[in-house]
Amino acid sequence: MNMRVKGERAFKVVGTRPPRPDGVDKVIGRALYGADVSAPGMLTGHILRSPHAHAEIVSIDTSAAEALPGVKAVITSGDFGVPEDSALRDVQDHCMARGKVLYDGHAVAAVAATSPAVAKAALKLIKVEYRKLPHVTDVDEAMKPDAPVVQSGLVHETVAPGFSENVTSYCEFGHGDLEAGFAKADRIIERSFTTAATHQGYIEPHACLASMNADGKADLWCCTQGHYHVRAVCSAILGMEASQLKVTASEIGGGFGGKTTVFIEPVALALSRKSGRPVKMVMSRDEVFRATGPTVATSTDVKIGMTKDGRITAAEARLRYSGGAFPCGTVEMGAQAAFAPYDLDAVRTYGWNVLTNRPKEASYRAPGAPQAIYAVESVVDELCLELGLDPLDVRVKNAAQKGTLSSYGPTFDDIGLMATLEAAKAHPHWSAPLGPNQGRGFSAGFWFNFGGNTCVTLNINTDGTVSVTEGNPDIGGSRASISQMAAEELGVPYEKVRTVIGDTTSIGHSDITDGSRVTFAVGLATIKAARDAIQKMCSRVAQIWGIDEEAVVWEDGYVKPASPNAGDFKPMSIEEIAAISFQTGGPIAGHHEVNAEGAGVSFGVHIADVEVDPETGATKVLRYTVFQDAGKAVHPDYVEGQMQGGAAQGIGWALNEEYIYGEDGRLQNPGFLDYRVPVASDLPRIEPVILEIPNPGHPYGVRGVGETSIVPPLAALSNAVSRALGVRMTRLPMSPPTILKAVSAAGV
Amino acid sequence: MKSIHVAATINGDPAEFVCEPQETLLDVLRNRLGLTGVKEGCGTGDCGACSVTVNGRLVCSCLVLGGEVQGAEIGTIEGMADADRLHPLQQSFIDNAALQCGVCTPGILVAAEALLKKNPDPTETEIRYWLAGNLCRCTGYDKIVQAVQDAAQQMRGA
Repeated sequence: MNMRVKGERAFKVVGTRPPRPDGVDKVIGRALYGADVSAPGMLTGHILRSPHAHAEIVSIDTSAAEALPGVKAVITSGDFGVPEDSALRDVQDHCMARGKVLYDGHAVAAVAATSPAVAKAALKLIKVEYRKLPHVTDVDEAMKPDAPVVQSGLVHETVAPGFSENVTSYCEFGHGDLEAGFAKADRIIERSFTTAATHQGYIEPHACLASMNADGKADLWCCTQGHYHVRAVCSAILGMEASQLKVTASEIGGGFGGKTTVFIEPVALALSRKSGRPVKMVMSRDEVFRATGPTVATSTDVKIGMTKDGRITAAEARLRYSGGAFPCGTVEMGAQAAFAPYDLDAVRTYGWNVLTNRPKEASYRAPGAPQAIYAVESVVDELCLELGLDPLDVRVKNAAQKGTLSSYGPTFDDIGLMATLEAAKAHPHWSAPLGPNQGRGFSAGFWFNFGGNTCVTLNINTDGTVSVTEGNPDIGGSRASISQMAAEELGVPYEKVRTVIGDTTSIGHSDITDGSRVTFAVGLATIKAARDAIQKMCSRVAQIWGIDEEAVVWEDGYVKPASPNAGDFKPMSIEEIAAISFQTGGPIAGHHEVNAEGAGVSFGVHIADVEVDPETGATKVLRYTVFQDAGKAVHPDYVEGQMQGGAAQGIGWALNEEYIYGEDGRLQNPGFLDYRVPVASDLPRIEPVILEIPNPGHPYGVRGVGETSIVPPLAALSNAVSRALGVRMTRLPMSPPTILKAVSAAGV
Repeated sequence: MKSIHVAATINGDPAEFVCEPQETLLDVLRNRLGLTGVKEGCGTGDCGACSVTVNGRLVCSCLVLGGEVQGAEIGTIEGMADADRLHPLQQSFIDNAALQCGVCTPGILVAAEALLKKNPDPTETEIRYWLAGNLCRCTGYDKIVQAVQDAAQQMRGA
């Protein structure tokens, strides 16, 4: 068998914009999300949560709750074991406090009852005696040696002495001689920045339906970005074998990284085990804010030296991230990403993870990168202003390119940064005039992207249509792009292919939908699975024709003789081959299982125009343009959607969104009224410009696009506001009070 | 507390249900009538995912009690398509890729339909302000606004 491989591939299906396969279900309200299913005899589960930021649990008395008619089970941490694995223990302790509550909203007990009203009444009957402990929610405060200690005994050996025990890990990246580099600079700027914790803000709260039978077999339906991960974690927590727990991923109402772990799923399973009934749990929005999500809160120092003509001579950053009450590695990603857009001779980043009395951080779209790059791009912008240089020209002058030794170690392959910069420079937005109180900001952004473990089965149905089964929840239209890649490779129409996401028993392990990996890795596995099926179909036809497998070729959905020498045979279509498959050796399927490498890093640059009202401090975004390298945009609509959606989230982060903690350590704004995400009237059109610099690691050149788009908005907005005001902004969000304070402090 | 018996019209069909006095219309629709196309995003009227119409008026069903809708005509996403023919707004949302995760989509479609009934030719700004009560976290609203504009144009032509 031969594949006809062309030099410059002319795509037929990839790059078009067909309707998504789940579209109709979603516009008629029939798509089933986490909270949309029920089971016979189902109970409702609710969780009792800590009202304190930090307290010892002296005792829990559940007897009155258990006695309430309709209550079928009450559980506490005593109903779980204590996992030996520290990461698993953290996940479990986050789901149900053991000994101590570590943040406002930490779960302490759960109830399953015959109705929501009974469950809520039962929660009020649970008596918890707390002994309050001093708390700390601010990252810089938590690092001080005399800070209240959130959890003891977690300090990694990399941490130098002199900090609080809250500082759990330290990391360092970079290369070159910083001192020599700074000596060459004409101007050095050093500044400190802070960013508030934000929440992913998915519209669908976490929800699940768990059912465990007396024989120990269990089913779990839940909204998640990774049902294999849910299976692994829940089965370990519940002490089950993975094969006995079947997890089905529902349609998912947004995740953005926040649904890559478990919160209520082990609790629902434990309640089901104890009650012997199916248990449905749905979080309230208040619970979502208090006990799931948020990003790290950060405090960062950046120092950059630049020559008069705009060459960066040395750069360093100190990053202090807090991912709440449990250790997290996000600062390492920030420290690696901080200077990724630059080709630098001397660069160093240092990062510290810090515990605070906040909920455990969950990933949020390019976790750790937006905060680091915000600080770096703010200082670069200030240097450009002081030296009278064009910020885009300076980025071009220092841009990382193919062959650049990146600031975090690897040497870059084909990357699209220069292409996005050139596209931005040529775009009319960059040269459009600005009015009074208006400013234009620019920022580059970067994300690593990920490949990972992936399984795909591609069945050739007996009518010649194609069923693709994969294991990655679709959070942004990926079923459409997977179907497109299958159709492209097979040479069949898109409409002949249907892609479904299997449950954990129907296909092998697939890593979480994260790292912008699905279109890349599942796409790659789908293409290879299609090739596997093609090989089998070629083999069947060669057998029928009585010629060598090498003498046939697959082209546009047909097996054909490879050349006139192979013989005179009428090409056989996929339909014909499928129709007689039972006579030629049985059903035909292609498979591919891979730990995909070569994801290909992603770059994007954003331009933002704002107008700031100097009287009120309110900022209006006037115009916004996103330039991003997609490698190859399989379904351009959904690539644009990722670019626009990430930009909108970043705009919210820059201007409004923040976790606000009171003196008592309690979250003061756990609702969409006070935690204000951008609404339609807050935003202008967000213009997406797709660049396509093929990723050599993917057969079609695809690279992930989902995360990079949230990275540049923070600095793009901050630089725009700073230029509009003539005052350098150094903290996010730039809510009106923050802007008024900065203006009055500067005496402008 | 005593349960309440309610008779109403839902998506054009007569419906009866019994609910508790504190039960919201959202809970009734989802849990008692199986209309799970109506979504709960916040339960406090801030996100619009539970948007329905009551006697033609756009409301958040989480802010209405089930006991309040005696005799009312209620419209939900499940009643928007005409049998298997999608409403132009629904088709336009698919054609414009105006949904990603899709969980806000039912509420936004119901809200957009209510807008176009009042104002068949809204400007972009009017669409943005009308939909300001419906949160979407995935799209940045761009393609949603475009989809509403396209559907409005098509409906005016029809």
